[in-house]
Amino acid sequence: MAEPVSVARNVIYCGVCTLPPEYCEYGGTVKKCQEWLEKNHPSMYERIWSPEVLEAATASLSLEAQERAAKDAKKKAAKAEAAEQKHAQQLANSVITIKRIERNKRKYVTSVSGLEAFGLELKKVAKDFGKKFATGSSVTKTPSGGEEIVVQGDVSGEIEEFLLEKYKDIPEDNIELVEDKKKKASAG
Amino acid sequence: MFKKDLGASPKQKLKSSIQRSLRNSLLSTYPLLTPHIDEVLPKKLSLEQIKLPDRVNLYVIEGQPLFYQQDGAGYLVPHLRLVHRFPQAFPTIRIDRGAIRFVLSGATLMAPGLTSKGGRLPEPKERESEPVAEGVPNEGPDEEGRWSRELEKGEPVVVMAEGKEEACAVGLLVAGTKEVKEKGKGPVIEEAHFLGDGLWRLNVE
Repeated sequence: MAEPVSVARNVIYCGVCTLPPEYCEYGGTVKKCQEWLEKNHPSMYERIWSPEVLEAATASLSLEAQERAAKDAKKKAAKAEAAEQKHAQQLANSVITIKRIERNKRKYVTSVSGLEAFGLELKKVAKDFGKKFATGSSVTKTPSGGEEIVVQGDVSGEIEEFLLEKYKDIPEDNIELVEDKKKKASAG
Repeated sequence: MFKKDLGASPKQKLKSSIQRSLRNSLLSTYPLLTPHIDEVLPKKLSLEQIKLPDRVNLYVIEGQPLFYQQDGAGYLVPHLRLVHRFPQAFPTIRIDRGAIRFVLSGATLMAPGLTSKGGRLPEPKERESEPVAEGVPNEGPDEEGRWSRELEKGEPVVVMAEGKEEACAVGLLVAGTKEVKEKGKGPVIEEAHFLGDGLWRLNVE
């Protein structure tokens, strides 16, 4: 039993699957977890993944149970991989649309949609926009059911730059500028 | 209970009177936490509450999840991150190696995983070591990881795993440990919070 003065233990969590590294083998991303642990905590890697330890661990299981576990792990890994691929594909396909909407002759609002596909929180991003451009910026629901950010004023060009600079994982090609008005375009 | 990803809901600051009562009920449920309570719930920081589906409340301090509670159901159950920080403060049972992967995919914990060779159920006995502090019950795991007191039905318990250092789940017992030993089959913990579930992955920042 610990002394009353003992401080909280600091547990290391895997950077890939967020479990304690001991449990990485159940997470489905075993390969990646191993690489991560080897790089970041070599001593721990030695303790968990060294051949002797693995052997001792599997020795206590019956052959049949081992087989079943292996099959299960394989299935899980395949599933995780498929999910990842799907995610990557989705990222590549999703487009951020920056739309300039004429509100009143020379007044505009700019709406930004599609950010959620990149795992951004609309509310926070909206706040950032508002701070950056010193304008009103809010999250509104679109009639089609989704959500978008509406920024007051014409800031379409600046938003594109800002997004590219702040969130590096958004490719430039995935941003689309759209004009939504009858008159001819002037800025963009 | 938290198998699926949970929707994040806004955090709410709690009144200090509610904080105080939570602190008391936490201490009465987990008396072993007494020496560490100031570390778990620093008086200066304010506790926040996140409402989760199924009328579950999660309590968070400084972006650290502490414990959750089902509305009206009484017991506070620690979040696994808290268990990892203070493993000695919670009663434990241990499951064998074969059961780990089922528990980590959200299955109900069944008795055979505990009664087999790799599992550990409590073994009531007198402890030789002195109590940690006054007013704290003298209980704890022995060298083998057997808790020194039989646990009752409905009590919260931490589930350790054979060959692992960290806990892998927490939940409420649906059968007392004595009963489990006698029967040797049937569910022991239903609806646990386990590593990698929705609650674990919930972003509390």
